[in-house]
Order: sequence, then structure tokens, then C-alpha cells
Amino acid sequence: MWKTVVRRFLIMIPQLFVLSLLIFIMAKNMPGDPFTGKITPETDPARIEELRELNGLNDPWYEQYARWVGNAFQGEFGNSYTYKVKVSTLIGERAMNTFWLSLLTAVMLYAIAVPLGVLAGRFHNSWFDRGVVLYSFISYAIPTFVLALILLYFFGYKLQWFPTTGSVDVREVPGSAGYYISKIYHMILPAFTSAVLGTVAIIQYLRTEVVDAKSMDYVRTARAKGVPANKVYSKHIFRNSLLPVAAFIGFTITGLLGGSIFIETIFAYPGMGQLFISSIASRDYSVITALVMLYGFLALLGSLLSDIIMSIVDPRIRIE
Amino acid sequence: MKTSEELLVIKDLHTGFRIKDTYFDAVDGVSLTLRKNEILAIVGESGCGKSTLATSIIGLHDHNKTRVQGEILFKNKNLAKLGEDEFNDVRGIDIGMIFQDPLSALNPLMRIGEQIEEGLIYHTKLTKEQRVNRVFELLTQVGIPNPQRVARQFPHQLSGGMRQRVIIAIAISCKPQIIIADEPTTALDVTIQAQILDLLKDLQAETGSGIILITHDLGVVAEVADRVAVMYAGQIIEEAPVEELFNNPKHPYTRSLFNSIPQMNSDGKKLNVIEGIVPSLLKLPRQGCRFSPRISWIPESAHEKDPVLHEVAPNHFVRCTCYKEFYFKGEEGGRA
Repeated sequence: MWKTVVRRFLIMIPQLFVLSLLIFIMAKNMPGDPFTGKITPETDPARIEELRELNGLNDPWYEQYARWVGNAFQGEFGNSYTYKVKVSTLIGERAMNTFWLSLLTAVMLYAIAVPLGVLAGRFHNSWFDRGVVLYSFISYAIPTFVLALILLYFFGYKLQWFPTTGSVDVREVPGSAGYYISKIYHMILPAFTSAVLGTVAIIQYLRTEVVDAKSMDYVRTARAKGVPANKVYSKHIFRNSLLPVAAFIGFTITGLLGGSIFIETIFAYPGMGQLFISSIASRDYSVITALVMLYGFLALLGSLLSDIIMSIVDPRIRIE
Repeated sequence: MKTSEELLVIKDLHTGFRIKDTYFDAVDGVSLTLRKNEILAIVGESGCGKSTLATSIIGLHDHNKTRVQGEILFKNKNLAKLGEDEFNDVRGIDIGMIFQDPLSALNPLMRIGEQIEEGLIYHTKLTKEQRVNRVFELLTQVGIPNPQRVARQFPHQLSGGMRQRVIIAIAISCKPQIIIADEPTTALDVTIQAQILDLLKDLQAETGSGIILITHDLGVVAEVADRVAVMYAGQIIEEAPVEELFNNPKHPYTRSLFNSIPQMNSDGKKLNVIEGIVPSLLKLPRQGCRFSPRISWIPESAHEKDPVLHEVAPNHFVRCTCYKEFYFKGEEGGRA
């Protein structure tokens, strides 16, 4: 078990190196630089050049890269050109928002998808099953922003059950109980929207897995032992059907942690997705590279997490 | 026959599968008796209905898509009438089943010990500790060394022969009176086959249960069976004590089966085959002798219109009269 984890961690080092190199080169090759948008007819070109020189933007790319990596190792990603604060501070704030939103989304996602998928598989071809399939089609076909806007319109604007923007009520004192309740309250609508959109894959996986598992030989063995039908489902079919879903948990969670650009933008939720879009628009290199690096790291972490989960739930792939 | 106490009596059993609202009988009028202390072999090629017969007895068919008619009498109960839930009082306790492929028949995510213990949980009042001890006892009984270790292992960590022993341990965990073994040695290599067959024989001698052994391997039949029923296209076409059947096969199908066994001394000669294939369930001839299309050189007049079983020797039954006129193609003179 620990061998697997350690080995997977070591593999991540060269992966991260290649990733960082690619990101850096691509970011540098984007047209323009942080000062492009700041040039007005009144700006002295010499001053711009001076700023570029000062920020090291005129050095050869490998020097800039080496400097960047060196700093990154100390958790230092430079300053945001737009927000004039440290990148780590900037991302840190957003990351916490996104983290809690992802957590709530993941909980809702599995709370909705797992029962629906399992029941649809168990009562295959019943009316319930058909209903679930219909639901899957609709939620798969509907674009993110359409569903988000519909929910926002009804529950946020018409019924006014939920807030429509932000991540917390500004009147609440940070640290108080009301502050945290307000945070959760602000997360419900965006979390629900992205959960609903994410359920399709899990429902369909589970449904087919359960249908398949029903005709497996080990299920027949269990029935031949005289195990009651409900126990056959809970002890044999359910666990085996969860394997492919478990394999994706790592990716799903890290995918959510990356933040959803659409959801965060529509609900004006200050998370990482929103930061990412705005920093691309303003060529905020230091933020972009740090974020892409973080996303890459999360993706690698996701596959590691999936591998660990799989080795816990499936004894066949444990390394002895 | 060691004793004659009847354990299971099957009378005119029909098991049909529903295909587009019509039921097609895969088992078509089978009557059989299993006695105590007996190994009854059911032989036939793939698709002849032998496994369907087995699943009907233990109720493992899909109750929504299958129709079971006739009588399967066991302890004054007609098993053919039981529903899925009622069967749970029979399965595992009174009837145990051994499956063909020991890897897929075990749950890959459960430890061996848990899988054997499961039957005990629902059918006995043993405490957890007693159950664990019983699991060790069972593993020892089926010849697995170091039961404490094996009980904690997962199926993929065991060899094919070991897995089949585990399957047998599961089947016998509640001391059933009837054991159905559906091709228990097909997935195993030859040396392991012999060990498993010996184990089955020993267990039966110890417990006195009746075993229904389903196989297409005549070698296995010769090794362990007391009595043999040969099935073809959903019907029993010949039934006899094992020695009688091997010394004196009557039905053209049985004789063709024996004739197609590879011989050690038949150097260079082509293997004898039975012409044609088993008809599919949908195209099964429901009238006349079902084997007649595959022995087309035998005149129509040799067959009965509505073939029934004839007793040709004590306890030796043959369906249809065509056996009297049967000869192998190319051996015109050699009539039976």
C-alpha cells in the first residue's frame, strides 16, 4: 500500500517538471505582456521599457524560467500584475472558497447520483428506471449556463430563497457562526447546479454496472447460498458496481477543485475559475502560470487519489 | 444402488424461457429421481438443457422470464411452485450448488472466509466465533491446508483447484442433502479434475447426500457416477446405471457420443463426429424423434411418432425405437 503511494509520488516529479516547462513557454508565447494594456498615448515608451527590464521580462526565457521555478519551490509565485498582491495570497483566498464549494458539490453529487444509479439498475426497465434515464438525458443535454440561469432566476430572483451573488454576506463578522452559515447558504445554489450537471456519468455508470453485476456468476453463487435478495444487492452487487465510480472519485474531486468557470462567473462566486478567466484576460502571467501549474498538480493528485482509492476498494490491484 | 430412499423426484418438468411473449421449453418433459447416497450424472452437449434443469431445481433462473411447470418434489414440497424468496429456505440449506468457473463464481472483493460464512449467517444460529470455526473446519474438510490463512485471502490469490475447493466448501457449509454440481471440473486441468472428483466422492460417502453431476465429459461420468441420464434437446433420451450404459449403450445419440471419444490407438484416423448441430431453442422439433435429423440415413419408419422411454433392461430406459435400426454411417452391416 505505502509502496504504491510513494512510487506514485516519485513519478509525479518528472511529470510536474515537464508540465511547468510547457506552461511557462506557452504563457510567454502569448501575444502581449502585462504592460501591453497599460500603454496609453501619454505613456513614455522608455518608462514601459524600464518597467519590463525591472521585472526581468527582457531576460532570456530560460533565466526567467529558472527564477520562476526557484521561487515556486519556496511557495513564491511572484506578485499579481493586476491585483498588486502576492499570487499566493490571491489564490489562497479564492482556493478556500472553491474548496468548500467543491466539497459541497461532491457531497450533493454523490448523494443524488448513487441512489438513482443503483435503484435504476436494480429496477432495470421499470418506470423508475425510464424516469432516471430521461433525467440523465436532460441534464446531459442542458448547457451549464442555461441550467444555472434557470435556477438563479427561479430560486434566486423569483422566490428569493437563495442569494444570487457572492460567497458570504458582507454584514456577517468573519469567524462568527452566522458567517459560516451565510457561506454555506451562498454555496447551495451553485453547488446544486454543478452537482446536477455532474450526475449523468455516475448514474449511467452505476446503472449499467448494477445491471451487469446482476448476471454475474458470483451473484448466482450468493443466491445459491440462500442469501436474501436485499443482502445480495447490498453485499455483492453494490460494492462491485461502485468500482468504476470509485476509480473516478479522485478526478471528480480535483476537477471540482479547479473551479467551474461558468458556475463561478454566473453566480459571481469568487473562486479559482473566475480568477483564472480574469487573469487570462489581463495577461497576468504570474497568476496564470501559478494557476495552470496548480491545475496540473491537482490532475496528477487526482489520479494518485484514484489509484489509492482503487487499491483500497479492489483487493486485486493492491501491491503486496 | 446403495439404498433406494428417494430424495428428489422430478415429474414431467418443463422449463421455458420467454422470448417475445412466447415460452420456449429448454427442458421439455424431464422425469428423474435422485436417491440418497447416489451420484446421478446428467450428460449432454451444450444447449441440451442440462444446466437449465439444474437451475430449475435450485430456483436460480430469472423468475420473470422463466416458466417452470411440472413437479420437483423434495420433502413434500413442490419446488417448481416456489417464488424467489421462498427458495431461500431451500437453497444453501437443503440444496447446495457447485459451479463451473470457480474464479467468476466467487465475489472478487470478499475474503474467502466471509464468502463461506455467508450461508451460515442466514441458515444457522451459530455465533460469530462458531461460524469462524466452522469455516476453518470446512476448509480443512475440502483439503485446503492452512485454513486460517486462506480464509483471509481473496479469490484471485488462490489457484483454480483451490478456488473450486472453496466453492465446494460453500456448497456443503450447511450440510445439504442434495448437491448439484454443474460442470465442476470443466475449468480445471486434468490432474486437478481428478482431485476434485475424488473430493466429491469422499464428501458424498461421508455425508450420504445425493449428488446431481452435470457434465459433458464421459470420462468424469465413468469415474464417479452411479447412474447416468443422457439429455438431448431438452429430453432425457437414455437413462441407466453407469456400467450398463457404458457396456451397453442403446440410443443412437449415446452411441454416437461414445463413438466420438478420441481413442489412444486410432493413429491417424479422423475423429468420428456427430453430423449436424444441436437445434436452437426456437427451432427445436417438438414432435417425433428429436435426434432424427442428425441420423438422416436411418429410415423415417424406424422412429416412433411420439417417442417415449422404453425399459430395455432393468433400470435401463431408452427413448424412441430408432435404436433398434441404428447403425453408423458407412457400417451398413453392423446393426445393433
